[in-house]
Amino acid sequence: MTDIERLRYDVVVIGAGGAGLRAAIEARLQGKKTAIISKSLFGKAHTVMAEGGAAAAMGNANPNDNWQVHFRDTMRGGKFLNSWRMAELHAKEAPDRIWELEAWGALFDRTKDGKISQRNFGGHEYPRLAHVGDRTGLELIRTCQQKIVALQQEDHAEFGDYDARLKVFAETTITRLLKDEQGRICGAFGYIRETGKFVVFEAPAVVLATGGIGKSFKVTSNSWEYTGDGHALALLAGASLINMEFVQFHPTGMVWPPSVKGILVTESVRGDGGVLKNSDGKRFMFDYIPDVFKDKYATSEEEADRWYDDPDNNRRPPELLPRDEVARAINSEVKAGRGSPHGGVFLDIASRLKPEQIIKRLPSMHHQFKELADVDITAEPMEVGPTCHYVMGGVEVDPDTAAASVPGLFAAGEVSGGMHGSNRLGGNSLSDLLVFGRRAGLGAAEYASATTVSVPDAEVEAAVAEAMEPYQRDTGENPYAVHQELQQTMNDLVGIIRREDELEQAIEALGKLRDRVGNVAVAPSAGATVTEDRGPAYHPGWHLALDLRNMMIVSECVARAALERQESRGGHTRDDYPKMSADWRKINLVCSLRDGVVELKRQEMSPMREDLLSLFELDELKKYLTEGELPAEEKN
Amino acid sequence: MTQTTVDAPAKDRARIPARTLRTDRWWSYPLTTFIVFTAWVIYATVRSMMGSSFWVEKYHYLTPFYSPCVSKACPADAADFGRFVPDHLPFFIPYALISLPFLLGFRLTCYYYRKAYYRSFWLTPSACAVPDKSPVRKTPGRYSGETRFPLILQNAHRYFWVIAALISIVNTWDAINAFHGEDGGFGIGLGTIILWVNVILLWGYTLSCHSCRHVMGGRLKSFSKHPVRYWLWTQISRLNTRHGQFALITLGTLALTDAYVALVAHGSFSDLRLFN
Amino acid sequence: MGYKAKFRVWRGDAGEGELKDYTVEVNEGEVVLDVIHRLQATEAPDLAVRWNCKAGKCGSCSAEINGRPRLMCMTRMSTFAEDETVTVTPMRTFPVIRDLVTDVSYNYEKAREIPAFDGGDVKPGEFRMQQVDVERSQEFRKCIECFLCNNTCHVIRDHEENKEHFSGPRFLMRVAELEMHPADVQDRRQIAQDDFGLGYCNITKCCTEVCPEHIKITDNALIPMKERVVGRRYDPLVWLGSKIGVVKRGKSTPKA
Repeated sequence: MTDIERLRYDVVVIGAGGAGLRAAIEARLQGKKTAIISKSLFGKAHTVMAEGGAAAAMGNANPNDNWQVHFRDTMRGGKFLNSWRMAELHAKEAPDRIWELEAWGALFDRTKDGKISQRNFGGHEYPRLAHVGDRTGLELIRTCQQKIVALQQEDHAEFGDYDARLKVFAETTITRLLKDEQGRICGAFGYIRETGKFVVFEAPAVVLATGGIGKSFKVTSNSWEYTGDGHALALLAGASLINMEFVQFHPTGMVWPPSVKGILVTESVRGDGGVLKNSDGKRFMFDYIPDVFKDKYATSEEEADRWYDDPDNNRRPPELLPRDEVARAINSEVKAGRGSPHGGVFLDIASRLKPEQIIKRLPSMHHQFKELADVDITAEPMEVGPTCHYVMGGVEVDPDTAAASVPGLFAAGEVSGGMHGSNRLGGNSLSDLLVFGRRAGLGAAEYASATTVSVPDAEVEAAVAEAMEPYQRDTGENPYAVHQELQQTMNDLVGIIRREDELEQAIEALGKLRDRVGNVAVAPSAGATVTEDRGPAYHPGWHLALDLRNMMIVSECVARAALERQESRGGHTRDDYPKMSADWRKINLVCSLRDGVVELKRQEMSPMREDLLSLFELDELKKYLTEGELPAEEKN
Repeated sequence: MTQTTVDAPAKDRARIPARTLRTDRWWSYPLTTFIVFTAWVIYATVRSMMGSSFWVEKYHYLTPFYSPCVSKACPADAADFGRFVPDHLPFFIPYALISLPFLLGFRLTCYYYRKAYYRSFWLTPSACAVPDKSPVRKTPGRYSGETRFPLILQNAHRYFWVIAALISIVNTWDAINAFHGEDGGFGIGLGTIILWVNVILLWGYTLSCHSCRHVMGGRLKSFSKHPVRYWLWTQISRLNTRHGQFALITLGTLALTDAYVALVAHGSFSDLRLFN
Repeated sequence: MGYKAKFRVWRGDAGEGELKDYTVEVNEGEVVLDVIHRLQATEAPDLAVRWNCKAGKCGSCSAEINGRPRLMCMTRMSTFAEDETVTVTPMRTFPVIRDLVTDVSYNYEKAREIPAFDGGDVKPGEFRMQQVDVERSQEFRKCIECFLCNNTCHVIRDHEENKEHFSGPRFLMRVAELEMHPADVQDRRQIAQDDFGLGYCNITKCCTEVCPEHIKITDNALIPMKERVVGRRYDPLVWLGSKIGVVKRGKSTPKA
């Protein structure tokens, strides 16, 4: 394997979204030679899609806000399944991470006194989200990107080479993490899209920051890169995943036309008066108010309509129930045959507000539907349905250093698990990326200082053989067809509402798909004018064939964990176990890989530290915790 | 060879023989602009050198092409700013020789007109994604944009703007004078209205200028520390989005105003009087 | 609702290639990128195309559709007649890697030459800026870096040799963004002209015309930047003022 170039780095960061870039910046600031590996071009990561903002208790909008309040909100949002230590670190450090961005050139929207403006969002007690209009994610990525350029300029001044200590490998995909004889990480193996050539990164520390798994589902708000690469790479390297059963479905994604299926329709449409209707024209949400919320939500359309102008004397319209409730209701309507022509329901704002008001209050939504779908939301209703949005589960890491169980492996952002428990609050993702991206970069840099490694040849050979497999098969299935079936299976059977029989069916179907994934073939790339094989350079069929392995493994983890957890909590809803169970709260489901087979085990969570527990009222704790877990002094 | 696996080999652009694959009528903008500008320049040249039919004594209408009228050949009432340029100069020296060169300079260096004539006369480029057809295209390295003489003089736009603003004051004076009745007192005719419409639009064009926007507030780093200039900048920015429209409309009103004054002065028809 | 559309897609690599004809199904509400994806999944599994979000937010799927620089995900099929042939080619200004994918590294190289934001001595958390002060630069920060402006700019599109000393509208706008950043303390006007080639811009506005984010690149970034450069370099009054000590001219930041 002498023809494959080996590049030596101290820290290799896989993924160039918010978490990856923040990790790389930190590793470089610690003086480590760092590589950033980006599946797409630099600056195109999925983080750019984030709209709302980054949650940080800076107290600019309401001085009563502080980290304790933010911590409480996060734990409640995650239904107490969160890693409390991660939630604590997140709440404490988020403000510093946001302020740091500003020192790197970010331009957030401002308050009257010139500070960073903060906006309200679901589940946050105070206005807390730092934002730039509805493009906060883009600002975050661009700022980190420009900070990296700034660091490269420093290196250029010092060494005459921009890439001396921090290099971005754009359009490069890692297919394997490499381990040495002692079982430590020693590098990563991948291919460069442009040339189709393989490359080996030799490095003691690898940070995974690859984002989510949405592309395993048919309807998703995620982009093509979200194939669960990091989740799968970690499993294949011997690390474990937790909480994989928790997948957040946003209730309102576009379902039609096909070009925009899954793209988010912001919650503010409903906040501003938009109502959900079925094919009979009925506002069906009144039929879906759960008992626990009966006294908080309106029971008649008249009352609900009065709320918009007089929220103090009327109850909220049921369209504004929590995300999971709304998503479930839409799902039931569609299943009962009362859906819209394209399998969603109608979200109607056109008959509720005047066209001028809609354009003024929802400019980006108006623009989004006009430009992408040629639908005028001031004249006709939107068709919406649940869309796969975010995976709460991910690599099990040490909260303080972001280290996974395999020495040398770190993970941050959506690919790591624990921080958000069973359900993520809006706005907590962007701050999560920054807080734990930095911690992962720091952890990796410290670890790399004390470790040297070299990559055994056998590891590289095995990785090459695996990557070339689909390419060398003469006959086999079209990867696009297999992918579509996988997405359909996950969508139908492991979607928003889950049932034991369907999950069993899914696991069986996934088993069959696994064999087919192992058998996909990639037709050699034929040029337009040249008849000979153009090689693996920029061959999308080959890329998909390799990504399929990752989606397959991750899908199995999700399905198995979903079958195992017999309760409903946050992003996991079981039709057959609709209640939340305090006994299940203590349990994390841990997914690992043994001889290529997905294994699941239950693992008890560590009890929350006393001082954190004391931030909650006893009455609230009783809703979540078992008798034995309640604070001792209160019980007496 | 130091070719490594991570560095890609050098590549070429896609060789696509067609000059442009645009299927829309991209040539209509440059063609229209070419025709309109050429026609206007011919008209304006002829009129400003004509030396007659520029002043309606009865109603004190002075065409903008002869304002300020500073030649000894100007009638006394038309020359409020003095007659200090000798009579009997060669025919191509216009009576308004202290203003016309600067107005020409103002329009030539104007950011809107630059776009229009670079596209329509220079063909650099005639439309977006249509290849540059200028002679410089044939010699690599010859395209220098606005970095060399004479085009580097485009940077003098702000000075032309200052002068153009002064000339607009003169035009305003002319419009005020045009409230002149037959009996020497106050009067309004269609010509008065035309002169006023023209001068208001000229102000719109002059104030919406990019240099004006810069001078009034655009050059500041912090708006909040200069609320008055920020307000001015905001108003000018609003006008500025229509700068191109003002530029074109004022071409029309200038020609129209001049033609009206010329025809009345020549006696082709008489002014429509509204009052006195 | 579906119909068969005639597509011509440039296929090839290393510059060599040709327009290849396809007949492909189109369904209601689809965009050009959907049709390209259908081609991939059926007739041409190796058709190379770069894309990410498919929502007009990442700026990856830049190409030229019927000769006009556009994002494939933002070009609806309903804008074409059913019998119209839709021609899709890679961006012409950048070298082609394969099919519709071009090598846009020129842009990343230019980005690295612009001296980064410098907030001076202000500590993180202590920045105080008013909304009116940040709005101008915020408009430029909407940029999704699709590089369609740089692709369409004739200064480099028609004159390859200018790439060396011209950064293109995208990065001249970045300079403007930093110059208008209320907290930045550097002065990049000199290098905007000398190193980034602002003087090559002849404001023919094609960058603004193709911008999918509808940023007014020419009116709000390039022309104000030209005016600022005049203030630094070409204004005789400023020059005179600085000679007699009335005007203080700060230090110019060198290229990074």
